[in-house]
Amino acid sequence: MTQVAPPEAEQNLMEISMGPQHPSTHGVFRMDVRLDGERVMRLKPVFGYLHRNHEKIAETASYLAAIPYTDRLDYLCSMTNNWGYALAVEKLAGLTVPERAEYIRVIVGELTRLQNHAGMVGFLLQDMGASGTPLMYAFRERERVLDLFESLSGARMMCNYMRFGGVRVDCSAEWLGQAAKLVAGFGGFLDEFEQLLTGNEILMARTQGVGVLPRELAINAGVTGPGLRASGVNYDVRKVDRYGIYERFPFRVPLGEHGDVFDRYMMRVLEMRETLKILEEALRDIPSGPIMDPKARLRGLRPKVGEAYGRIESPKGELGFYLISDGTPNPYRYRVRPPSLINLTVLEDMCLGQNIADVVVILGSIDIVMGEVDR
Amino acid sequence: MTLNEIRARLQAAIPGCQVDLVVNGSPSAHNSLLIDRQHGLEAARVLRGLELDYCSNVTAVDWPERVQTDKIKTKQVFDGVEKEIEQTVKTTIPGCLEVVYHLFSMAKKEGPVVVRMRTGNRTDDVTLPSLTPVWRSAEFQEREAFDLYGIVFDGHPDLRRILMWEGFTDYPMRKDYVPPPDDDLEILGER
Repeated sequence: MTQVAPPEAEQNLMEISMGPQHPSTHGVFRMDVRLDGERVMRLKPVFGYLHRNHEKIAETASYLAAIPYTDRLDYLCSMTNNWGYALAVEKLAGLTVPERAEYIRVIVGELTRLQNHAGMVGFLLQDMGASGTPLMYAFRERERVLDLFESLSGARMMCNYMRFGGVRVDCSAEWLGQAAKLVAGFGGFLDEFEQLLTGNEILMARTQGVGVLPRELAINAGVTGPGLRASGVNYDVRKVDRYGIYERFPFRVPLGEHGDVFDRYMMRVLEMRETLKILEEALRDIPSGPIMDPKARLRGLRPKVGEAYGRIESPKGELGFYLISDGTPNPYRYRVRPPSLINLTVLEDMCLGQNIADVVVILGSIDIVMGEVDR
Repeated sequence: MTLNEIRARLQAAIPGCQVDLVVNGSPSAHNSLLIDRQHGLEAARVLRGLELDYCSNVTAVDWPERVQTDKIKTKQVFDGVEKEIEQTVKTTIPGCLEVVYHLFSMAKKEGPVVVRMRTGNRTDDVTLPSLTPVWRSAEFQEREAFDLYGIVFDGHPDLRRILMWEGFTDYPMRKDYVPPPDDDLEILGER
């Protein structure tokens, strides 16, 4: 092999491989970084360490059998993964969801958002060097949500709970009471959390003006979720598509002004507060009734030939499922639109010219899970 | 804006651009537009001008060559008596690789508009225009379609394998992919 000399401008750059076992990458993820001193001049993300071809597995299994695999995409938010997939199959097969099941979906989906955002803020602060305290506070609350998931579905993280046409098991009045108790106490935790963090000088110094994502670039690069709204774009799939019964809940969509890491942090905190409003209403208004569409055939579902794209606002952004049916019991094409992967498109743009230590913070503010990035 | 209006706009803006409506039989009723690949990039620019500013999902579909069997009933007259004869007609539908783009409008909160493009075949004519110059969100997703399906995107800024390792030669998401035995995979990984 002939050695090609790098261009003169790059000759004095230091190449660093961050990952795949770097603690800040939250899984096996690598960034090829070129540094001039401590300034980032180039950054190329490298994926695939957790690739297991989820899509191929789902294409060889029945529609029902794919649900447990979706748990393992974004393994912190199995409930919303189930929901996105169930929504796509419902569109494909023309199924409806009973009222009570819709309410349960909103409740568990929003609880998922709470625990994801709390955990994400904790990890972000951990990456900034606030060892322990914020993460432990966040995980204390997350554990309470996981306890609820465990008593409802039997599993803390791999819930495998939703089905196309409804949900798997009904929740008891006692469970709803416990959930209401958690929601009532969560505001206090947020106050405490914000008192500790939002006004903190170190947090502000490390995050304000760091990793700025301009509005136009955010739209063009398909960034979704809190990262998009931190750049000031009012786009929340819950408001745009009004899937499920979201049009019944009056909640606001928080928007950022600067699009920096601090705004992305604030988006999470403010969204958790809006989520609490949704949860309070949903827990108050949930009706009794069936939890499954009687027409939904879980085993041996054979949708008509055609295709459908279903998407939801998962805690990380727009999670979409694209399905093509050829009339057989397993999907001809099964595609996951992973928000974590597509939000990484702009990682290099946000990091260029920044300090190497800020790369860790910027990556933390995107909120990725490698199970979903690599699939 | 309906799909037919979009189709008319595309045909008016780009002379010679062939746009076909692909009907979707499922209850979701998301029909799509099949655009010929020679005018793919120009068509994308026109679509972007129609405030479809957000390209959400980019993916590929493999359609191997298949034989479609149709039963056609014809009426023929034998000895003055009309009889119905059933004939079986076999047509070979050539294989192709297809990319699907799901476009939305963040400005107008509309969508999805589904756009597709098809390659000539599955072996040596697999080039399609990259739409990454129009929508950055296609960058990683087109790389994935290249990696797993073997579609070559002309004009992509950085077309490399994304999930499989460099040096891997096959395309795992194709319908006729046969995985090598486990020990072979280990050897491939060490190379």
